[in-house]
Amino acid sequence: MSTVSSDVCVDIRSVHKFYGDFQVLFDVNLEIAKGEVCVVLGPSGSGKSTLLRCINHLETIAAGRIYVNGDLIGYSERNGKLYCLAEEAIAAQRRNIGMVFQRFNLFGHMTAIQNVMAGPVLVKGHSRRCAELLAMSLLERVGLADRARQYPSQLSGGQQQRVAIARAMAMQPDVLLFDEPTSALDPELVGEVLETMKDLARTGMTMIVVTHEVGFAREVADRVVFMDQGRIVEKGAPESVLDNPRNPRTQAFLSKVL
Amino acid sequence: MHQVHEDQQIELNRPIPVKHYGRWLLTAFLLASAVIVASSLATNPNFHWDVVGEYLFDAQILRGVGWTLALTLVAMIFSILIAAALVIMRDSGNPVLSTLSWLWVWFFRGTPVYTQLVFWGLLSVLYPRISLELPGLGAILDLRTKDVFTPAIAAIAGLAFNESAYLAEIFRAGFKAVDGGQTEAAQALGMRRMKILCRIIIPQAMRMIIPPTGNETIGMLKTTSLVLAVPFAYDLTFAANTISNRLYLPIPLLVVAGLWYLSITSLLMWGQSYLERYFGRGIDRNQISIAPKESA
Ligand SMILES: Nc1ncnc2c1ncn2[C@@H]1O[C@H](COP(=O)(O)OP(=O)(O)OP(=O)(O)O)[C@@H](O)[C@H]1O
Ligand SMILES: [Mg+2]
Repeated sequence: MSTVSSDVCVDIRSVHKFYGDFQVLFDVNLEIAKGEVCVVLGPSGSGKSTLLRCINHLETIAAGRIYVNGDLIGYSERNGKLYCLAEEAIAAQRRNIGMVFQRFNLFGHMTAIQNVMAGPVLVKGHSRRCAELLAMSLLERVGLADRARQYPSQLSGGQQQRVAIARAMAMQPDVLLFDEPTSALDPELVGEVLETMKDLARTGMTMIVVTHEVGFAREVADRVVFMDQGRIVEKGAPESVLDNPRNPRTQAFLSKVL
Repeated sequence: MHQVHEDQQIELNRPIPVKHYGRWLLTAFLLASAVIVASSLATNPNFHWDVVGEYLFDAQILRGVGWTLALTLVAMIFSILIAAALVIMRDSGNPVLSTLSWLWVWFFRGTPVYTQLVFWGLLSVLYPRISLELPGLGAILDLRTKDVFTPAIAAIAGLAFNESAYLAEIFRAGFKAVDGGQTEAAQALGMRRMKILCRIIIPQAMRMIIPPTGNETIGMLKTTSLVLAVPFAYDLTFAANTISNRLYLPIPLLVVAGLWYLSITSLLMWGQSYLERYFGRGIDRNQISIAPKESA
């Protein structure tokens, strides 16, 4: 179906995106390999969230293509023509792409374990018993097995975010997208979430992480991408982008964050 | 630790609570008024309490209670289903369906329920026969409207259609009040629209939808007294009026009807508070009480 080599997980090709007349993304190109952890840095409003949301088609793109495991996202292409996919097909594509939000977005009427079970039970149609075992093992992994029966309103921000990570994991996605997962957290809670994410990275999960945590980028990222005003202005190994930035915008940004 | 306690006796504070003289005064005044009203109720012969007692459980009244309850519940169930369909149509993104939904709400909210009930009652005059003919097959359906659209059905249709327009707006407001992040999280998991609506949005919107819907149900209970317009002649108000016309005693039968409406309302309120507790789970558990805490 496509020409992507088999070790590329997410392939973003010449993506442009507009909100009305306002162009948010300009010719974004990015390839993320299987098992890679890619950290996206950049000032507020540079289009980082928008780029993530395009990957699972929460936003539509105006030009370009996005492939996840060789699957064209949101469209099908036949004889040089682009056709919109039906809702069911888009939903099916999203099942392979996990997402963790800045404001957690846990389902408020479900307990922690019900949140984690939501994907397997409501989307994949797995049995409750089977989903409960999986959910419990995931909650254990994020260190929250003892909070399984509590509602989101009874959990701290850091705990909610770890449940959200477990919920995304429960779908066993090919790639996980994180949109500033620690930005809504009190400083003392940031560590526990980053620890969970490091743990995931070690298991070989493909991750695209938008964050302002430069320390996390340095320690965990295979690659750092710097965005500014809708463009990727610099990408490379963490040491080179973080320690020897060549682009003046990157230099200015890092001098403020560090 | 223990020894410290035994050696140093803690002297507990015994604050004297704020005195609410105003409350006592008001209570005394209200009690006095209640006694006066009660004695006038008991002693005024025009209330005919013996007649109230005689007809409270009269067969015709009980049948009226049954019909009123049945009309209320059945009409509410249908209006809830129609309203849900209207909201889904309205937000479906399909311009034909959303226009239809808008027109329905516009029409049924824009005309009096009494007028609508009269109209449904007259449907069999407007269209004496309902028939469906398919080319080549001939008539596959041919019925007298009167047989299908009985007064009971006309009454339920009239009440339910009118109510659905109001409920649709209540539901829409409730759905909108659920944070958009919930839908996004569900979409990101790969859920489809209808599933997101049924499993994520509606359970959380219920909290906001139930109190006004309870209000509407209690309103419906009393709107059923208008089914006379159809004309439908078995509800509680009609039964009470029939008896009072026969006895020339309107007051005691008004009391009988009023007592029944009050009891049904109380029952409905109890059901509502149960539903509110159920759907508030996960969200209402840390409810803030409005009155400041006071030490007694
Ligand atoms: N729904 C929208 N409609 C119109 N403009 C939008 C919308 N969402 C985002 N934008 C604009 O698009 C630009 C990029 O937004 P985006 O949220 O992707 O930035 P970001 O890099 O994630 O910033 P932050 O670090 O503050 O989260 C911003 O200028 C923003 O104002
Ligand atoms: Mg953002």
